[in-house]
Parts: sequence; C-alpha cells; structure tokens
Amino acid sequence: MIRLIDVHKSFDSQPVLDGLNLTIPAGQITAIIGPSGEGKSVLLKHMIGLLKPDRGQIEVDGESILNIRRSQLNHIREKFGMLFQNAALFDSMSVFDNVAFPLREKTSFSKDEIELRVRSALEHVGLKHVNGKFPDEISGGMKKRVGLARALLLDPKIILFDEPTTGLDPIIKRAIHQLIKDTHEKFGFTAVIVSHEIPEIFDIAQNVAMLFQGKILQVGTAEEIRCSTNPAVKQFITGSLDGPIQLV
Amino acid sequence: MFAAIQSIGHYTLGFMRELGRMGGFLFYSCYMIVRRPGSPLYILKQIKFIGAKSLFVICLTAAFTGMVLGLQGYYTLAKFGSEGLLGTAVALSLIRELGPVLSALMVTGRAGSAITAEIGIMRISEQIDALETMALDPFKYLITPKFIAAMLALPLLCAIFDVVGIYGGWLVGVKLLGVNPGAYFYEMEKAVVWRDVSSGIAKSFSFGIIIAWISCYKGYFSGHGAEGVSRATTESVVMTSVLILVWDYFLTSILL
Repeated sequence: MIRLIDVHKSFDSQPVLDGLNLTIPAGQITAIIGPSGEGKSVLLKHMIGLLKPDRGQIEVDGESILNIRRSQLNHIREKFGMLFQNAALFDSMSVFDNVAFPLREKTSFSKDEIELRVRSALEHVGLKHVNGKFPDEISGGMKKRVGLARALLLDPKIILFDEPTTGLDPIIKRAIHQLIKDTHEKFGFTAVIVSHEIPEIFDIAQNVAMLFQGKILQVGTAEEIRCSTNPAVKQFITGSLDGPIQLV
Repeated sequence: MFAAIQSIGHYTLGFMRELGRMGGFLFYSCYMIVRRPGSPLYILKQIKFIGAKSLFVICLTAAFTGMVLGLQGYYTLAKFGSEGLLGTAVALSLIRELGPVLSALMVTGRAGSAITAEIGIMRISEQIDALETMALDPFKYLITPKFIAAMLALPLLCAIFDVVGIYGGWLVGVKLLGVNPGAYFYEMEKAVVWRDVSSGIAKSFSFGIIIAWISCYKGYFSGHGAEGVSRATTESVVMTSVLILVWDYFLTSILL
C-alpha cells in the first residue's frame, strides 16, 4: 500500500502538488487521471522517491520513504518496477541487454538462466525477434513493451506505469492494456497507471483518482468516477470544452 | 540600490549553493570509488574511451609541441651559444609543464565533452531515473568508472605526450637545425631528475580527477532538453579548461 499525506511540491515557486492526499490499495490497479500538466508524472515520481516533496509524508507498506538513508530507500525501491513515459531504455544497449540488465546486476543467475528468462519475458510481451536491435531501431510501441518486460522481470510488488499507451495506435494500445490486465491477474501486483486513455482505462482499473489543481479531486471505483457529478471530473471524462478545467 | 544588493546576494547564494553541490558530488564520487568502484569491465571500457581513443590526438599535439619547442629553444639558446642544452630545455618544459597541461586540455576537448553529453542525454531521457528505480546507484555505473579511468589514463597519456614531444624536438633540433644528437640526449639525461617526472605524473593524475569531476557533474545536473545538454557540454569544457590552468599554477607553486 502507498500513502501520500498532505504532499506539497513546487517548481520555481509554481505549486504542482498542493496538499495532496491519496492511498493506493495493495494488489489493485489504480489509475490516476487528470488534465495534462497537472503533475501526474510528478506524483508518480514521488511514490518511488525520484522526487522529494517540499512538505508532507509518503509511506510504502507503512514505511516512510523520506529522510531515510540511500540504502534503506534502495531496499524499498526493490519492491518497485517502473515503466517510464518514453520507456527510458538504455540507448547504448541492445533490447536483450536492456531486459537482462537488472537480472545481471541484482541476481546471481547463470548466463543460461538469464537468457531463458529474458527470452521468455520478451515473448510474453510479444517481442520474440528484436533481441539484437537497439532502442532507436524499434517503434515507440515496441519500446514500451520492452520497458514493460524489463519492469516485470524482477517480479516487483508494485509497478508504476507512466502513460503506458500515449502516442500508440489503437490496436497496440489495447494490446498493452490487455497485457497489464493479464499480468496483474497472474502476479497480483499493485499497479498505479497514469493515463489519459478515457474510457479504456476504466476497463482495467479497479480504482480511479482524478488529479486537478494539485489535489485529488475524487477517488472511487471506475463506475463511481464514470457516474461522477463533480463538474471537473465530468468535464474531463466527456472531453467537454465548457467547465472548470480551462485550456492553458 | 536595494534591488542591486538583493541581486548580488541572490547570485552569491546561488554560486555558493552550486559550489556546495559540486563539492558534495566530488566527495560522494570518491566515497563510491572506495566503497563500490564498479565492474572492471565498465572501467576498462572507459579507459579505452578516455585513454586509447585519445592517443592519436595526443601524439599529434605532442609532436608539434615538441617541434615548436625545438625551434623556439634553438633560436633562444643559439644567442648564448648553448644549443647543446636544447634537449634539456625541451624535456623539462614538456615533463614539468606542457605534457600534463596540454594532454589534459586535449582529453577535455575530446573525452570530457563526450562524457557530459552522454550523461546529460541519459539524464533527460530518464535513463538515470530508470537506474534509480531499479535500486541501482547511478554512480556505480556511470560516474566512478569514469573517475578511475581518467585517473589512470591521464598520467599514461602524459607520459606518451612527453616522449613524443621530446622526439619532435629532436627531429627539428638535431635533424633540421644540426644540434649534436649526443648532446641533445646526454644533457637531457643529466638535467631531468625523478622529481620532475613525479611532479608531472602528480599533475596529470589531479587533472584526471578534475576532468572526470566537472564533466560528470555537468552532465548529471544538465538542464532540460537538447539546449540544456548543449549548454552543459560547453560549460563543462570551459570550466574544466580554466580549472586545469588555475590548479596547475597552485600545484606548480607547491611542487617547485
């Protein structure tokens, strides 16, 4: 379980998170939705300690991740896997080496064992034949799937997805959503997905939280959010131009 | 008036903050070199990149520096009828001063800028964040191998620079201007002592630390986008070059 309590964060005196409170339940898929530029990725980076809040508290499974030693933070981070917005693959390594990297560095598996696991992970995300290619030789959708394979490889308890399907065609989008749903059913991890994909995200998320003006406006099941009477939530879901959310 | 004082205070605070962050970066890098220096494979790769791949430019610069020293030295020494001391003049200039400084400046231009750009691109494309989310310390993979490689490669490159430069001076002095070849090497052997060589090695070792420190620091904290990386690369080359020259003065005054 991840808890964010009264989290404040500003960049150049511009508040991004303004007293945010949110609880991510264990073993479920939680989607964070909200207009662009509202700080959804910033929120995700706070959960794994890549950014530190100006004020507030963040807990993972009851342990605070703030003001602790680097080694303690790394111990907590071992519970996590993360899929970045642009996949964040190591561009000087092949696809195979990218996926194998965490196994080589964090486990004592033999070379054959690593090869077996990497091949199986790549096959699982539908990428059997790109082992030797470099990240700049594959498409955006493939990069995301490689990133997903890398994130899943160490069997993390919590996986953070930062816009896993943005910029992809509808078929790949659906394939990735299905992949997240299937792997979640299989492994039962806690998932946090930052997404703009309305209404598709409602089909895979058990909880949905709407971020607006630095705060969580509403949290609920997909159905509750879909039927929300909150004007901002309603406007965002319907994509209407009229309402409290102004175009910047 | 108040605004001017406020602005000076703002810049001074910003400068001090940057200085503190740079000091912290150097301290943590040294700590990591002792604690977890990284895989030998990464270190060897960096030695190849910083050292072996700089050989051509080092040899070229050294040869022409030695040749110019040969020409200038001959012109000056001939006025006093001491052409026989040309070897000594060339060797001492190279070993004590020009070898360490010029090889460091060449490596700054060739490898330092590339290190900043590489780390900067990894920063803006979230590759460093990806390492952190895997609970891996980016210093172990990106920073310490470069520090160790620069500290090992710079003294070796400097030694090569000295040897090639001495032969550059020999080519011009002995082969073109007719200085006695025996005198060129004999006088050099008499005048150059171990202290000269060790001070050159100490200098290039410390220049290796400066190159790795500034290049890695600037890349690690580069700004946003391509413009941020480009600015970081320029700042890295300028700051490293200036720091090498300033540090050289202080080190020379201590080692003399």
